[in-house]
Amino acid sequence: MNNDYRARNHPAWWAFLMHRLSGLALSLFLPFHFWALGNALQGEARMDALLKWTEQPLLKFAEIMLVLLLAAHLTGGLRLLALEFLPWRGWQKSLLAWAAGAAFAVGLAFALAL
Amino acid sequence: MSSGQAGYAAGPAAAPGTNAKFETWLWIAQRASAVVLALCVLVHLVTIIYAVRHGLTGAAILGRTRGNGVGLAFYTLYVLAIAVHAPIGLRTLCQEWLGWRAASLNWVVGAVALALFVFGLRAGWAVFA
Amino acid sequence: MNMLQVSVWRGGASGGYRIYEVPRQESQSVLDVVTYIQRHIDPTLSYRFACRVGMCGACAMTVNGVARWTCRTHVSKVVKGNAIQIAPLANLPVIKDLVTDMRGFFDKWARARGQFVSGSGTTRKDDFARVASDSPERVAANAGIECIGCGVCYASCDVVSWNPDYLGPAALNRAWTLVNDVRDGARRERLAAVAGDAGCHACHTHLACSERCPKDIEPTASIAGLKRAVARAALKGEL
Repeated sequence: MNNDYRARNHPAWWAFLMHRLSGLALSLFLPFHFWALGNALQGEARMDALLKWTEQPLLKFAEIMLVLLLAAHLTGGLRLLALEFLPWRGWQKSLLAWAAGAAFAVGLAFALAL
Repeated sequence: MSSGQAGYAAGPAAAPGTNAKFETWLWIAQRASAVVLALCVLVHLVTIIYAVRHGLTGAAILGRTRGNGVGLAFYTLYVLAIAVHAPIGLRTLCQEWLGWRAASLNWVVGAVALALFVFGLRAGWAVFA
Repeated sequence: MNMLQVSVWRGGASGGYRIYEVPRQESQSVLDVVTYIQRHIDPTLSYRFACRVGMCGACAMTVNGVARWTCRTHVSKVVKGNAIQIAPLANLPVIKDLVTDMRGFFDKWARARGQFVSGSGTTRKDDFARVASDSPERVAANAGIECIGCGVCYASCDVVSWNPDYLGPAALNRAWTLVNDVRDGARRERLAAVAGDAGCHACHTHLACSERCPKDIEPTASIAGLKRAVARAALKGEL
């Protein structure tokens, strides 16, 4: 018998899932990101065309999500480094709240700056 | 699931394409690149928010970046760290969620790392050179 | 009388749940419930227990989806309405009903070199080794030493589910207590035994083991210690 989904319902497991899925999403985005930036080799006009294309509401939303995922992977990763490399006893749950809060703050800053 | 395995003197049973030293070095590389990336991503996030506040057009972006040697060096390091970090994570995901533990996985992951590095460098060159 | 609706796993791996009605009592453990079913309703029900007071580690089961020591788990803590679901531990082959085959679990303790090996050159004629109770090594060993081998952490670990060869929290925790035993003479072999795809670096810090351990041990902390020790050994070329 494999692990029951009810056993997974605790904060650190959700943090793991967030870290893995954000890592996967960012890895899938990277080729598009590099391709889009590579278009600068063909001059400003080509870049402007691409930037205009990303003005669509759906893509703007996806952009905000990507920034949020990047921030979440960063703060979640810092949390993991702290858990693996620093001596710890019992303070990992507050660390989790800090990581989530910081990621959300970055996402908000980006959304408001748009 | 696993049942009682006999013969345990040799340490953990190794899946094909893995050995203790290799896995340990991958872990070290993953953590070392994570430390580099923590700094890079922080700078990148600040840059993103700065960029969208100061005009997101081809001319505005390239005007700020072209000929910026420090930027090129920074993003080269960033791309290198990504090319180390992301493929190792994807490898673990393939092993755990897809059950792909064959030696072929290491070659595919190596190719992904190389591709990320080359295309990342090209992107950095396009924007900063 | 207030009755509990208890659904209990019956049969082997391809069995199913059967529902039993058990009288609710004021101070009642999950193990009491299982025992009532076997004594009063169906004597063919198989389950394991010995001490009934949280010392032996024999009675661990999956209660409402979560691995627990049933002798020290009050019904009032886990009951949903008046229903309880009881299953064998996850990540272990089911023999029958609530009994799992724990050989794989304990074999992994041996594979992780969970045995003390006396340091070279010591004999029974030597004086006792003196280990200061406040030395960092002794403190680290103390933190993990109270394990009763119940298998709750192992059953709660997703990495075990995803990689059946993974040594698991209990075996790695045991290895960590020995790595911190200054009298031990097999440090290098032990670090090699807990390295690799099925070893400490496979841990993702889900913290499920630390969350569920009935003895409040934090195997995640022990495994993190092994990760650092093995990495240091690799950097020094000693792995």
